[in-house]
Amino acid sequence: MRAFEYVSPTTKEQAVALLSSTWGETEILAGGTDLLALLKDDIVRPRRVVNIKEIAELRGISFSMPAGLRIGATVTLQELLDHPDIARHYPALVQAARGVTSPQIRNMGTVGGDLCQRPRCWYFRSGFGLLARDETGRSLVLEGDNRYHAILGNEGPAYFVNPSSLAPALIAYGARLRIFGPRGTREIPVERFFRIPKSEAEREYDLQPNEIVTEILVPPPSAGMVSATYEVRQREALDWPLATASVALVLEGQRVRSARVVLGHVAPIPWPSPEAERALLGKTVSEEVAQAAANAAVQRARSLGKNEYKIQLARVAVRRAIQQAVGGGARR
Amino acid sequence: MEKQRLKTGSLSRRDFLKVSGITLTVPLVVGPRVLKVAGAEVKVFGPGKVPMTFTINGKTYRAELEPRVTLLDALRNEFDLTGAKRVCDRGTCGACTVLLDGKPVYACSVLAIEAQGKAITTVEGLMQDGKLHPIQQAFIENDALQCGFCTPGFVVACKALLDRIPNPTPEDLVVGLGGNLCRCGTYVGIRAAIAQAARMQRGG
Amino acid sequence: MAERNAMEMAEYKWPEPERRRLIGKRISRVDGPEKVTGRAKYTYDVNRPGMLAGKVLRCPHAHARIVRLDTSAAEKMPGVKAVLPLKKVGDEILWAGDEVVAVAAVDEPTAEDAIRAIVVEYEKLPHFVLDTDPKAAGERVRPTAEQVEGDPDAAFREAEVVVEGLYGASLITHCCLEAHGAVVEWEGENNVLVHVSTQAVSGIAGQMAGPLGVPAGNIRVKQDHIGGGFGSKFGPDSWGIAAAQLSKMAGGRPVKIMLERDAELMVAGARPSYYGRVRVGAKRDGTVIAWESETWGTGGIPPTSPLPLPYVLRIPNQRKRHVAIVTNSGPARAWRAPLHPQACLLTMAALDDLAAALRMDPLDLLLKNIELAGERADVYREELQIAAELMEWKKRWHPRGDPSPGPVKRGLGVSIHTWPGRGHACRCDLTIHPDGSVEVKLGSQDLGTGTRTAIAIVVADTLGIPLEAVRVRIGDNQYPPAGGSGGSTTIGGVSSAARRAALDALDQLFARIAPLLNASPDQLEAWEGRIRVKEDPSRSIAWEQACARLDGMPLTVRGENPGPGELTTAGAAGVQMADVSVDIETGIVRINKMVAVQDCGLIINMKTAESQCYGAMIMGISYALYEEKIMDPATGRMLNPNMEFYKLAGLADIGELVVHMMTGEKYDRRGVIGLGEPPVISPGAAISNAVANAIGVRVPFLPLTPERVLEALAKKGGSHARV
Ligand SMILES: Cc1cc2nc3c(=O)[nH]c(=O)nc-3n(C[C@H](O)[C@H](O)[C@H](O)COP(=O)(O)OP(=O)(O)OC[C@H]3O[C@@H](n4cnc5c(N)ncnc54)[C@H](O)[C@@H]3O)c2cc1C
Ligand code: SF4
Ligand code: FES
Ligand code: FES
Repeated sequence: MRAFEYVSPTTKEQAVALLSSTWGETEILAGGTDLLALLKDDIVRPRRVVNIKEIAELRGISFSMPAGLRIGATVTLQELLDHPDIARHYPALVQAARGVTSPQIRNMGTVGGDLCQRPRCWYFRSGFGLLARDETGRSLVLEGDNRYHAILGNEGPAYFVNPSSLAPALIAYGARLRIFGPRGTREIPVERFFRIPKSEAEREYDLQPNEIVTEILVPPPSAGMVSATYEVRQREALDWPLATASVALVLEGQRVRSARVVLGHVAPIPWPSPEAERALLGKTVSEEVAQAAANAAVQRARSLGKNEYKIQLARVAVRRAIQQAVGGGARR
Repeated sequence: MEKQRLKTGSLSRRDFLKVSGITLTVPLVVGPRVLKVAGAEVKVFGPGKVPMTFTINGKTYRAELEPRVTLLDALRNEFDLTGAKRVCDRGTCGACTVLLDGKPVYACSVLAIEAQGKAITTVEGLMQDGKLHPIQQAFIENDALQCGFCTPGFVVACKALLDRIPNPTPEDLVVGLGGNLCRCGTYVGIRAAIAQAARMQRGG
Repeated sequence: MAERNAMEMAEYKWPEPERRRLIGKRISRVDGPEKVTGRAKYTYDVNRPGMLAGKVLRCPHAHARIVRLDTSAAEKMPGVKAVLPLKKVGDEILWAGDEVVAVAAVDEPTAEDAIRAIVVEYEKLPHFVLDTDPKAAGERVRPTAEQVEGDPDAAFREAEVVVEGLYGASLITHCCLEAHGAVVEWEGENNVLVHVSTQAVSGIAGQMAGPLGVPAGNIRVKQDHIGGGFGSKFGPDSWGIAAAQLSKMAGGRPVKIMLERDAELMVAGARPSYYGRVRVGAKRDGTVIAWESETWGTGGIPPTSPLPLPYVLRIPNQRKRHVAIVTNSGPARAWRAPLHPQACLLTMAALDDLAAALRMDPLDLLLKNIELAGERADVYREELQIAAELMEWKKRWHPRGDPSPGPVKRGLGVSIHTWPGRGHACRCDLTIHPDGSVEVKLGSQDLGTGTRTAIAIVVADTLGIPLEAVRVRIGDNQYPPAGGSGGSTTIGGVSSAARRAALDALDQLFARIAPLLNASPDQLEAWEGRIRVKEDPSRSIAWEQACARLDGMPLTVRGENPGPGELTTAGAAGVQMADVSVDIETGIVRINKMVAVQDCGLIINMKTAESQCYGAMIMGISYALYEEKIMDPATGRMLNPNMEFYKLAGLADIGELVVHMMTGEKYDRRGVIGLGEPPVISPGAAISNAVANAIGVRVPFLPLTPERVLEALAKKGGSHARV
């Protein structure tokens, strides 16, 4: 780790003022579970680290009807899991958080940090940049080992997968982010927060270097909503999923009135699948319908050479998430 | 964007460089500088060594450390509290597990400077009145250790789990101990140790 | 004592079962309290006054030549005390992670800054890291001579069934939780004090003497505890030598170099990959008559040697070819039971495929051919039966391919293994103090196998005193030399030496006490804290009182492992069975249950013996399902030198494990045999076979990742039969 100076502001205004408007000069520290690794691996080299955990207004969870759910950005994954209203109304979120099977990570890692954590692509983490290019400009992902890389949204130049397990669930619920910066507060759907970088200079999410995610707003569960997250993970021990799917369906009788299907760990962004959603709309969910939606979700998927198997895993994740939602998800 | 700066006076890029432009190899220990931002004074620590104070196992410890030093390295290198081990140093293996305000965390992934003002409990602090904690006793009796390098981390993680869930089910163990790894393969003993410690704590 | 050695060798025996109060019982480890409280000090934990932090700059390229090396900026940095180039301009580097420069500085952050200030320029050279296909390896292949026994061609013509399959296991690493490393201080003129994480306390000084130019006798080596070795920690390594040199350069200040996790996984140990095409010929009744194998694999630059094939079963007619592939994957080291897990997989999987082709239960196939195991065939037969009962094999086994509906398929697999486990050369000094306390000293080490505890058990049982009365001192090369802890040789070595020392000490004590009890020395025995007359136990004296008769002088006796005989022999046999579930839609394999049945002669401590088996099965589950040192064709680097993507099994990944140790007169009679390696050999094969049984096709290579399972399902497997 390189040396840096450390500040711990107590308001978001102070924090923003302490952040540089240029990427690379400062870094936000929440739980640190990712940032410390990035620092140690020399992937980020800030001169200043701004701890945001002392900012009271970034904390706390509140839930009410009809306002819905508000999660402060520095709420930990464990606090999220322990919250009875979340457990009751947002099973897909809880199931996603539970997939992080390390209590240590859950006690430290924050919801904001989960959304803003950097990709785990092994080329990125070895210093080849987000786009994983060697000095001649060729993509190491394409030339090298891409078994854990993207199967969707992988037209290039980015091939990493978005690491957040919470994001697909939040998107399925239609959550929005509140972001605070020098120009004040703005709000953005979680879905639009993520983007596929087109150049090495771009971040994989829509944030200015001196902006902070302050809270996550999740709409109240609508009547008839069922939801679930299904993760394909190789180990029960702390392990990155190979593919996940979060679904939120609103049922009218047996029929699907609206559907959100969002895949995780398969694309450089959490991957909403309108194809899968269309396959569900107006249908009564049966094994065949779930399978058709799953097939639709990976229709545009393509292998980079060594990750063909992930297409199958993504398909299974979608089908099982749908089945889990209608079979076992909390229903209102 | 520069033009629309907050009224409260966030720093322009030039200001920023001015305040952060100190060289990165200041060897001396200096007290924090104070920056006036957003109408308040914020202390800036480092990048050189700064005095820090910790409460570890109920005792006060002081050291002068750079902000980049992790809690784990501070415990091990400054205070010779070497129970927590450095293995992956990336928040994956659990060998460095300590309690911060009662909750298990990876000491390798916490900056020492952040751990000030919190109650830090390491494996060295689990014994009470010279007696082994029930989970420590159970580890020995069930041979839940071989080389023992992962053991302090597991002991602390198991203690934390039992504090939260006195009678853990196998499912609780998946989510409650998924953050610790052992290379020698002592998991059978650990499962037995947890069961025994849970029984003992129930008053058995 | 001298006479006894010469005349009554046969007298050195293990006590009869009724005379064992500790031996063979379930004894908690004597160093447990230290370890569970965090008090145990490992090399990584050694903090010495004035200690400097050492760091190593490593080459990021898999194959390169150094064209520029400039350490001047680092040397000038405040806090940097020594900079030591380990390579020079012009040197060729053959794997990523190889050492280039070592530095010592006042603390770790400063040492890291210094490393970053060093300028190295490389000329990149072509690298090669692919090991799965010898045809793609071009110039990188090193064939070894074909080995033939019997008449394989005739036997294959005679065979009524021939199966052919592809099997293998990827490159993996040791991933000891305590990294390799040392703390070294150069004291005064030419004395060197070394704290080092090692499996060979007595062997380190000899390896450091040459490179450091000091007599081995001046090098003191210490280690209280070690956080895993598994075959990878027998030498001081280049970084240990560098730490010594840095210390000398820094005026004798201690220097600590412990490897970072990435270096640990890249350069400090790997188990070579092995792959092979195997043909097996058999009669329709399952009698195996012919074997042919063509194997290849890599362990980095030095060529891999042929495997001991076919494994355990000596098939009469065989032809074997092996080609080594030379790669830039980094150095290989002995990994728990070198060559055996791979040989076991290739053999047991091929036999399992043969059984499937014959529609035979593989357990029956093994039993049918078990005479090929040679003199210990009866032991395997017994073990196979016990394992089958513990697994309820006959009730639960089904022919290949679980017919039940749904995506989750269940299956059973079996494998057998062997290992010599002969006791190594070992000496110890046993001292009985006049206060009755007993000390044993030897330059051995406890890898977590329970060596300390085993020595204490042997001595306490022999002297008839409680375990607590014995202090075992190991981990210092000033104690009598003991062999390195490798190849399951420690328990046989230390237990024999300790038993002999204790018996000899007892003889000397008896000689002093006999007149007092009006008996001759050979009429005495030590039992439950007293020395007494065998025929008339009422004539006795308490242990402490007896020791007080030593005239104030401690009694010290040297014990030595005499080699194979009454106390220790070689040859362990084991059987393992696995019960797995495979989700054929995701390719994820979960272990439901594993059974290990193992013999290892006389068992000193049942508790730690079982732990060896549990631990080995878990390590086996880990390499069977998860572990792979992933080498990148594009950069030639290891892509997963961390514990995130170099995956170890966790507590919830192992299912239910059952261990049955073979005990009784027949096993006791063989003396003590090592147990470190045997149980780690079979899990790969047993799990691979169970997966084949579950899903109906063979997944050729370990680890059995979702990717490989799904691919095998899509391709309908990696083996086929001609009937
Ligand atoms: C071995 C391992 C396995 C894991 N497995 C999973 C998994 O399966 N699924 C999963 O979702 N996560 C997983 N995690 C990741 C873990 O959940 C994240 O590391 C954690 O949520 C990040 O939160 P943090 O608060 O620690 O972030 P930090 O490390 O503090 O920050 C991460 C990044 O986000 C930025 N940041 C943090 N908070 C904000 C904010 N409020 N506004 C703007 N920027 C911010 C930081 O600057 C930094 O760049 C795993 C982590 C590890 C180490
Ligand atoms: S005992 Fe071996 S061959 Fe065995 S792991 Fe250990 S050193 Fe190796
Ligand atoms: S050392 Fe902290 S989690 Fe591994
Ligand atoms: S006991 Fe050795 S790593 Fe767990």
